[in-house]
Amino acid sequence: MILEIENINVHYGAIHALKDVSFHLAEGEIVSLIGANGAGKSTNLNTISGILHPTSGKITSFGEEITHAAPQTIVRKGIVQVPEGRKIFPSMSVWENLELGAYTQTNRAEINERMQAIFQRFPRLKERRNQPGGTLSGGEQQMLAIARGLMAKPRVLLLDEPSMGLAPLMVEQIFEIIREINQEGTSILLVEQNALMALSISDRGYVLDTGKIVLGGAADELLHNPMVIDAYLGGNNG
Amino acid sequence: MNETLPISIARKGANVLKYLRPVFGAVILIFIIYRLIQTLLIQEIFGPETWTRLVIAGMIIGSVYALIAIGYTLVYGILFMINFAHGEVMMLGAYTCFFVFEALKNIKVGADHSLAFSNAYPVISIIIAFILGMSVSALTGFLLEKVAYRPLRQAPRLVPLISAIGASIFLQNAAQLLFSPQLRDVANPQILARGSGWKFLINGSSVTIPYTGVFTFLLSLILLVSLYLIVQKTKFGRAMRAVALDKKTASLMGIDVDKTISLTFLISGALAGAAGVMWGLHNSMVYYFTGFVPGIKAFTAAVLGGIGNLPGAMLGGLFLGIIESVGPAALGIDFQLKDVIAFLLLIVVLTFRPSGLLGEVLAKEKV
Repeated sequence: MILEIENINVHYGAIHALKDVSFHLAEGEIVSLIGANGAGKSTNLNTISGILHPTSGKITSFGEEITHAAPQTIVRKGIVQVPEGRKIFPSMSVWENLELGAYTQTNRAEINERMQAIFQRFPRLKERRNQPGGTLSGGEQQMLAIARGLMAKPRVLLLDEPSMGLAPLMVEQIFEIIREINQEGTSILLVEQNALMALSISDRGYVLDTGKIVLGGAADELLHNPMVIDAYLGGNNG
Repeated sequence: MNETLPISIARKGANVLKYLRPVFGAVILIFIIYRLIQTLLIQEIFGPETWTRLVIAGMIIGSVYALIAIGYTLVYGILFMINFAHGEVMMLGAYTCFFVFEALKNIKVGADHSLAFSNAYPVISIIIAFILGMSVSALTGFLLEKVAYRPLRQAPRLVPLISAIGASIFLQNAAQLLFSPQLRDVANPQILARGSGWKFLINGSSVTIPYTGVFTFLLSLILLVSLYLIVQKTKFGRAMRAVALDKKTASLMGIDVDKTISLTFLISGALAGAAGVMWGLHNSMVYYFTGFVPGIKAFTAAVLGGIGNLPGAMLGGLFLGIIESVGPAALGIDFQLKDVIAFLLLIVVLTFRPSGLLGEVLAKEKV
């Protein structure tokens, strides 16, 4: 299992943010975590990334425990997060942002090769490679954030709300890119409020509600689950 | 009636403040212009040779300020705190300079064992002094962060500031107890002897460019430019800027944030150490309080240039050095008042341009 989360509990001081959360991600899968604001989706990703540490429970990758590993160790294991709100380094150029994505990589030739591949996939980023990241549009920044994640040579990409604040057309484009990345062999854990979009490209999904996983299963099943339709897919419109 | 009274007073206070700033500025400006006209045009107290001397002295001291100011700005950029113990880090570098030359003076070489090592091999001696001085200061900065600042990383911003002031007092007193409170004379090697330099005539009187001064200025410039290139062009520099911008996202890139902060303190300490060794060589005097005034001046320089801004700190240092050197003469006041001019400049900059001369960094909200 590329990522296995077993019964983790996370506390922010007195707040019990994640309660006995367990799920897994197999190689090659896209798995969605859906849920409302404050359900603990981002907390979950930050715990996997080592920014937060669980008070109990276990996180493993290929059988190796990474529960208390530091963020830089986890990135080196190929588990790379693309954070919520994109978090581009605004005063640094697009090129510098991408270089930072490859911070853990040491093979210069490989880095350049990956950079070329990224410029081919995102021609806009190539055009703007000397421009400060903060001057890009929202959609371009999201592309840069994903591209920066790819520079780290990820085996798993943790995507936190990639559709946030983007126009519908751009959202579709981003999800298309996510699917492509997955087809090229990167497993993806997707955190989304846009449940319909997320589940439609996912193999499986989990529903998170106030820190607990209340439902899990194949994405198709979840898309037709009355509870999911009611709570996350906008009732009858889903 | 009773309730409205405090409000009206407060309003009046705000009005007074609104007028105070331009009035304060106007008064300073009129005074400066008046004195400049008087000293430069009417009285002509000083000839060009004096101005040249003052500018040379200002550039030398300014380059030292710039080196120390870089340390303030680097640390502020990455932790948003003022490392008030930075002047003491520089003082330890100056002491190292003293001890190295003291030791090398007592090592005798040559046929009859009468030649001091520092005079027989001056270049090697100076290199040893810089390596040791920079290492001692770098290590001090590194330990300072580990002991006094890292445990307070999550504390409110005022707390590490107080810790820094405490560390500053601690280091001063430790130096006083360990090395005695006396002024110590640095035994400069002969090629950098105090007072020696290139002499030339302006208006019939001799002006000296001291060797120690040229050396200080050039070495500062080299160190500043290399630091700038490291920060802007290398992988480590990129990591440093990323940590300064956003620690959480930097760690998601795989950057070891703690290590980067430690290295920042090592670098700023090393630069302060180099400044300390230069100070020792140029002024030939060291004591436990050596770091205090240059430290505060360099802090002023960093604020002047816009704290958090590297070129700002460099320019701020040079600018402050020249202003405080030329200022008293230009205004026709006592030379002892140069500190007054330096700190008045700080007040004026903070009042009219709080983000500093080159600063836009402060304009953005940093959390």
